[in-house]
Amino acid sequence: MAKKVLILVGTRKGAFILESDTQRNSWQLRGPFCETWPMNHVVGDPVSGAIYGGGGNAWFGPAVWKSADRGASWTHSSEGLAYPAGEEPIKAVWSVAPAGRSLYAGVEPAGLFRSDDGGQSWRHIAGLRDHPSRPNWQPGGGGLILHSLVPHPNDARQLWVAISTAGVFHTADGGETWEARNRGTRADYLPEEQRYPEYGQCVHCLVMAPGTSDRLYQQNHCGMYRSEDGGRHWGSIEAGLPSTFGFPAAVHPRDPATLYLLPLNGDTAGRYVPDARAAVWRTRDGGDSWEALRQGLPQKNAFFGVLRQAMATDRLAPAGVYFGTSTGTLFASADEGDSWNCIAQHLPAILSVETLAVEA
Amino acid sequence: MPNDRSSLPSPPVVVTLPPALVRLFPGCVRRVELSAATVGEAIDALDSRWPGMRDRICDSTPRIRRHVNVFVAGKRASLETPLALGAEVIVMTAISGG
Repeated sequence: MAKKVLILVGTRKGAFILESDTQRNSWQLRGPFCETWPMNHVVGDPVSGAIYGGGGNAWFGPAVWKSADRGASWTHSSEGLAYPAGEEPIKAVWSVAPAGRSLYAGVEPAGLFRSDDGGQSWRHIAGLRDHPSRPNWQPGGGGLILHSLVPHPNDARQLWVAISTAGVFHTADGGETWEARNRGTRADYLPEEQRYPEYGQCVHCLVMAPGTSDRLYQQNHCGMYRSEDGGRHWGSIEAGLPSTFGFPAAVHPRDPATLYLLPLNGDTAGRYVPDARAAVWRTRDGGDSWEALRQGLPQKNAFFGVLRQAMATDRLAPAGVYFGTSTGTLFASADEGDSWNCIAQHLPAILSVETLAVEA
Repeated sequence: MPNDRSSLPSPPVVVTLPPALVRLFPGCVRRVELSAATVGEAIDALDSRWPGMRDRICDSTPRIRRHVNVFVAGKRASLETPLALGAEVIVMTAISGG
């Protein structure tokens, strides 16, 4: 049974860790870690308790950092985290995901790596970049990045990834071959007759509902979607939201019908919260209806955005929900989003938020 | 074989590392004496002492990273730049960031 909750925060200038007991009323902040490198994604491995941080430094390139003692000490490695000589080098690690005894890393320019030794060394999963669509992948505003990693809960051969801007891809054979899974998602930036392509959509965040491998949700540059068949088909669930544009999506730890989004005002309108009033939007019915959660959040002059990996839930009951802003403020709810508190501010721009429950 | 460098022992050189790089490797020091005939060999020698250091200085092209500069005798060097006996190799972080 969890005794403490850690919030793992990746920022433009290092990783930070906040810690609380399970009441989640008071948080202690530590950091910055990882030599103040930009840390795109900091995650915890619930099995080993290790914390991993994926990032990239303008001087020294990409690496995955690791702490086995909750942030007291860190090591880093990029052994094997490279494309063949002559190809465009990797700039940064953008996503990290534990999957059983393995660890996946998504990088920029988009590609996938796996470690089977706890992040000490990495192996390129070349099959993804061998997909025939790859020459047509286009960088989005954040670069050509592999940002979402969704392992199957009990089949190690299956994995979903999302690439901006290429779309969602799925493998059923451990990464040898991949299938584009974007049917039904829109690409408003293409000519009208090309708006539902096989690939090339700008998916912003891909998550899997708990207790199933069939229900996926995605926040896209162009809408919000749900799939009931592992991404083979997608249907819009954006009706009732204030915008079709946003970055993060976070699932409830136990209820597959509950999802949290943080819509922004639009891709050409500043990309901050609509009307400068902050709200997390929650559905309890799989996206058929939505409610705005505003209690405790700033309701005027809020000109911040929230990036694709910067919202998360914890595994407690009631579930905690957390998000970090582009202006370095971290908000937390200990009651499934009904009410919110600011638990840290004046941090560097927040790139990712994840949680880890620990025993003591 | 006057031009066959591989038959000659590598000359001792001195490499100076930037603090931001030294901090990444426990036990690393700023001033390192080693033997190398080229900048690339010097970086290989650094990597053998502190595994992973090559990846911090060089990308997978392979070449010296865009925002890292290596100077030999006051001039910007590449991996192929030869090193003479007693050469001073200075690794510096370039202007970068925000």
